Amino acid sequence: MIARVAQSLENIEWVAPWLRLFKGENPKEQVNAIIRGIGVPILAFVLFLWIWDASASRVETSLGTVPGPVQVWQQAKGLWQEHLAEREKADAFYQRQEERNAKKLAKNPDAEVKWREYHGRPTYIDQIYTSLYTVFAGFILAVVIAVPIGIVCGLSNTMYTAINPLIQIFKPVSPLAWLPIVTMIVSAVYVSDDPLFEKSFVNSAITVTLCCMWPTLVNTIVGVSGLDKDLINVSQVLRLPWFTKVRKVVLPFAVPMIFTGMRLSLGVGWMVLIAAEMLAQNPGLGKFVWDEFQNGSSNSLGRIMVAVFTIGFIGFILDRIMLAIQRSVSWDKTVAVR
Amino acid sequence: MSAEHLIIDHISIEFDSPKGKFKALDNVNLKIKKGEFVSLIGHSGCGKSTVLNIVAGLLQSTEGGVVLEGKEVNEPGPERAVVFQNHSLLPWLTSYENVELAVKQVFKGKKSKAEMREWIEHNLRLVHMEYAMHKKPSEISGGMKQRVGIARALAMEPTVLLMDEPFGALDALTRSHLQDSLMEIQRDLKNTVIMITHDVDEAVLLSDRIVMMTNGPAATIGEILDVDLPRPRNRLALADDSHYNHLRAEVLRFLHERHGKKELDKKPESKAGEEAKGLDSDREAA
Repeated sequence: MIARVAQSLENIEWVAPWLRLFKGENPKEQVNAIIRGIGVPILAFVLFLWIWDASASRVETSLGTVPGPVQVWQQAKGLWQEHLAEREKADAFYQRQEERNAKKLAKNPDAEVKWREYHGRPTYIDQIYTSLYTVFAGFILAVVIAVPIGIVCGLSNTMYTAINPLIQIFKPVSPLAWLPIVTMIVSAVYVSDDPLFEKSFVNSAITVTLCCMWPTLVNTIVGVSGLDKDLINVSQVLRLPWFTKVRKVVLPFAVPMIFTGMRLSLGVGWMVLIAAEMLAQNPGLGKFVWDEFQNGSSNSLGRIMVAVFTIGFIGFILDRIMLAIQRSVSWDKTVAVR
Repeated sequence: MSAEHLIIDHISIEFDSPKGKFKALDNVNLKIKKGEFVSLIGHSGCGKSTVLNIVAGLLQSTEGGVVLEGKEVNEPGPERAVVFQNHSLLPWLTSYENVELAVKQVFKGKKSKAEMREWIEHNLRLVHMEYAMHKKPSEISGGMKQRVGIARALAMEPTVLLMDEPFGALDALTRSHLQDSLMEIQRDLKNTVIMITHDVDEAVLLSDRIVMMTNGPAATIGEILDVDLPRPRNRLALADDSHYNHLRAEVLRFLHERHGKKELDKKPESKAGEEAKGLDSDREAA
């Protein structure tokens, strides 16, 4: 188990030299590799910060000068402080409630006590959580729709010819165009007195689905239709029933391609989500950016920039996670997955 | 019944091509006895694989048909197991799992789990692959992959074993090892085998009969040669055997004399499936 973890760590480019340095393999070469692997990117990042700092202070907007790295960092800290303060308030609220109810119950064990949830302002961290939750809901829905359709279209030329024009037409549509339609349809169809999900969440998630299902769909089709003729012959000689054939031969064959598509889909979904949240007023990062823009305080630009970095960083992490999954499911180890 | 085990009854096949109908096979007629080992040999593109695919049920003949044990063949099935040239193992499964897929399909409800496991292992032992049972195709050599491919076919307990240039993509040494293994297995199991080959030595060494096919289009059977060498056969002893060399010369004569004008294509085999590979009948087997 430990050996396997070490093996997988060695596959990560920037971890490997540290591991080898730790093992004492040719230290000089490892140090060089570390400098190349980490030193160069850090240097480039510092250069970027310097250019940003130098140019930002020259631009005067109606909200004051464009914030540089230092101000943005302060805003990030501020947002974190706000989050902590809000959590403290919530904790205090729950503690008070518990004490109050305990007292009531102590006086009279049959007393009816009320448990209320704390409804504070969502903090930045809450908003990140909402965004992640929404994007995954939309993404999973997209995968659930795209993979089966992709398999059917990949196996049948007729189905592919039937569906291909639809894919080509809908693939380039912007989330901003989908959202009004989705909103209207959801308001008409999703009517409930006690809705399980907020409408804004449903709108955003479905918009994400509509925009991000295409890469998975196209890649599944390509993956499935690339199935080796010989493997089809094998499944024919074995007289595998259709479903077994899909499960044992087609799906495993196409899995690397499907995951490539899913990785692209999640990337698209995350990008699209911000726009969808802005318009749908789903309380995530998109709404945060919009609210700050509307707010127009001297802190707003800095906070929006914090959001930009957060979005970028989370997108990067999501991509790495998908890449790791993609590597682990790829049976063809000769293909470099990057 | 033994005399009419497998009948390839006057089959012809036409393919649609942009230039109209293309007749690949014309009136191929062959009767194979139970337990007989028959090789099909001929120049590239003469339709050897097409014959095999029709017997396998992967292709449908335009005229005539194939009858196996009194039943007409019209779809693929495990009783006519195929060993494909490029092994065709599922790359994400281990050797064991590849054979298991076939065994589970063929013996579902007929063998218990333990019996199936024993049967899978038995077949892998037959081809001497027991030590690499749990390796994936990417981790074993080409010859080993082909061994697993043979194990998978044998594990289906086929009535007829069809082999489509099974050793064509292997180097000479590996090939001769596998030929010896195949002879050994054949001695014990006495399967009915149809094998396509472009290797004259292989054909003479392994077969009871060699079916030589004329060149396409509209290819058909040119000559049939009975190989009446006693078994077990030993390749080293046979190398100096005059009768063996005579038979070998017979096949070569057929291939060269009747089709000597055709340029012999000596380039190494490309991907399997089509008959894109050259006829390297002169290549020594070891």
